[in-house]
Amino acid sequence: MNPTAAEAAVEAAARVERLRLARRIRFALVCACLLLGALAAFLACLTIGDIDVPLADVWAVLTGGGDAGSRFAVHELRLPRALLALAVGLCFGLSGAVFQALLRNPLASPDIIGVSAGASAAAVLASMAFGLSGLALSGGALAGALVAGTLIYLLAWRGGVSGGRFVLIGIGVAAGLVSLRSYLMTRSEVTEAQNAFVWLAGSLNGRSWDQLWPLLGCAAVLVPLTLAASRSLTALQLGDEAAGGLGARVERGRLALLASATALVGVATAAAGPIGFVAFVSPPIARRLLPGQGAALIPSALTGAALVCAADFAAQHLLPDTQLPVGVVTSVVGAPYLLWLLARAGRAGRGG
Amino acid sequence: MTVQHALQTRGLGLGYGEREIISGLDVDLPPGRLTVVVGPNACGKSTLLRAMARLLTPTAGTVLLDGKDIHATSTRQVATALGMLPQTPVAPDAITVADLVGRGRYPHQGWFRRWTAADSEGVAAAMLATDVLDLADRSVDELSGGQRQRVWIAMALAQETDILLLDEPTTYLDISHQLDVLDLLTDLNRDRGVTLAVVLHDLNLACRYADHLIAMKDGRVVAEGPPADVVTESLVDEVFGLRSTVIPDPASGRPMVVPLGRHHITSP
Repeated sequence: MNPTAAEAAVEAAARVERLRLARRIRFALVCACLLLGALAAFLACLTIGDIDVPLADVWAVLTGGGDAGSRFAVHELRLPRALLALAVGLCFGLSGAVFQALLRNPLASPDIIGVSAGASAAAVLASMAFGLSGLALSGGALAGALVAGTLIYLLAWRGGVSGGRFVLIGIGVAAGLVSLRSYLMTRSEVTEAQNAFVWLAGSLNGRSWDQLWPLLGCAAVLVPLTLAASRSLTALQLGDEAAGGLGARVERGRLALLASATALVGVATAAAGPIGFVAFVSPPIARRLLPGQGAALIPSALTGAALVCAADFAAQHLLPDTQLPVGVVTSVVGAPYLLWLLARAGRAGRGG
Repeated sequence: MTVQHALQTRGLGLGYGEREIISGLDVDLPPGRLTVVVGPNACGKSTLLRAMARLLTPTAGTVLLDGKDIHATSTRQVATALGMLPQTPVAPDAITVADLVGRGRYPHQGWFRRWTAADSEGVAAAMLATDVLDLADRSVDELSGGQRQRVWIAMALAQETDILLLDEPTTYLDISHQLDVLDLLTDLNRDRGVTLAVVLHDLNLACRYADHLIAMKDGRVVAEGPPADVVTESLVDEVFGLRSTVIPDPASGRPMVVPLGRHHITSP
């Protein structure tokens, strides 16, 4: 190589390195902002309520002090609920980002393609037919999500899985599961059905440490697993053949990602009900903040956490004397986005 | 790239489901040369390329990389020895050129081996060779077809393999960009010694650019060798079912196929 060519190569490598650094800085900044947003919503949930607890007192309670009144409000009522909101949002946001990137379709989110529907049908079945609650109910919802996911995968399988077919079959499976769920509800007592309805809207009302611990335990396993499996996502996003050419194990990688993302939805749904549209809108928000940075899994997870926490705060305080289910608030954000996406897809003549 | 890897097939049989597409195929890619595979639609040329890249499991026979069954070789070993650019790869929404080319480094990384200076150098070299460095921070969506194809080739190059398989890299490009891509591939072959296997539709471009031509029909090789030795009027008739006159290409001296239809023929 002659000297000028060598210089050009060094200069080019430095340029690639600079671009990479700029991307990483932007990634870190966006993540920091999202984290701050989630923290702000979290603190608002802890401090504001029927009795306002100033930040200093919240801190005192968290570090083991504080008077009995604020201790009860913060530690027993608000803290588990706010933590649950963060954890559930994190799981939904991460799962949605994995599904959408893997299936290369913005409609391919677990709450649209029937994975959440599977979890909730199983939860309704478990609580009404078998009278399960607590951990057993969570297990039932998780199993429901996995069964629905497996069913969609098998039905969509034609020597490989394409995003479009997966979405269409998923929507069909979702419709079937929703009718199954409705059938179960019509067979139930009025009070039971009433409770189930609140749960199905996706609610954090009255959630306590009992729902939080199983979710945190599962998330502590599933989130690292998902992030580890996401290494192959950079290749899989380029299409199966290109991914194979890059040495990715295509079918195995896709299965690992789908399984962990499905399990995330299952455990989160078990804890808080199918909070609508969080898995659907968090990834596009994160991708909009970080254009051209691939799947944006971590930013999407943080977006989901901030979104659910803020939505739950709104759900508690939007209407006087009434606590809305958080899923109602997230639907207010998500439904218009779904309509916009469908309208745009219709115009462009493709699935998004 | 000091080691020259060799890629061969022996008694290769391939099919999708019940349908057999190729059987008993023996092909050798001459190391350090540019091989072009031609043939009519559905003759199995893309299928052959996919099998050689280990994307398909043979129903019979083997693909040999350096004499060893490619299915008994580790995925990473295969991916660092040979790269494959499929006909229609997918660019994720809004991905930048530098990011896409960087994904070619996938087989060089692992869970515990993250991005290094060698990765940046590999990406930079690939972008220089394909002249896309100035597009580095542009979004792939907004590029022209020719630019986009150069970016994909850059990605395959960043993989730093010395065998590169390309499935119809000139499809959807206009004639001047087709020549750009083939000139680029010839440069890579001559300057870096990359062994290339390219599926092409255009018989005359194949004759112009191939060191080694493989003509396929119905899943078997009809003829192979330097274009000057194998391209004849009878071969064109046998492979494509086309009457033609083969004359010396005034630009290269290689064979040039002048197809004869039913109309506008002044001399037989």
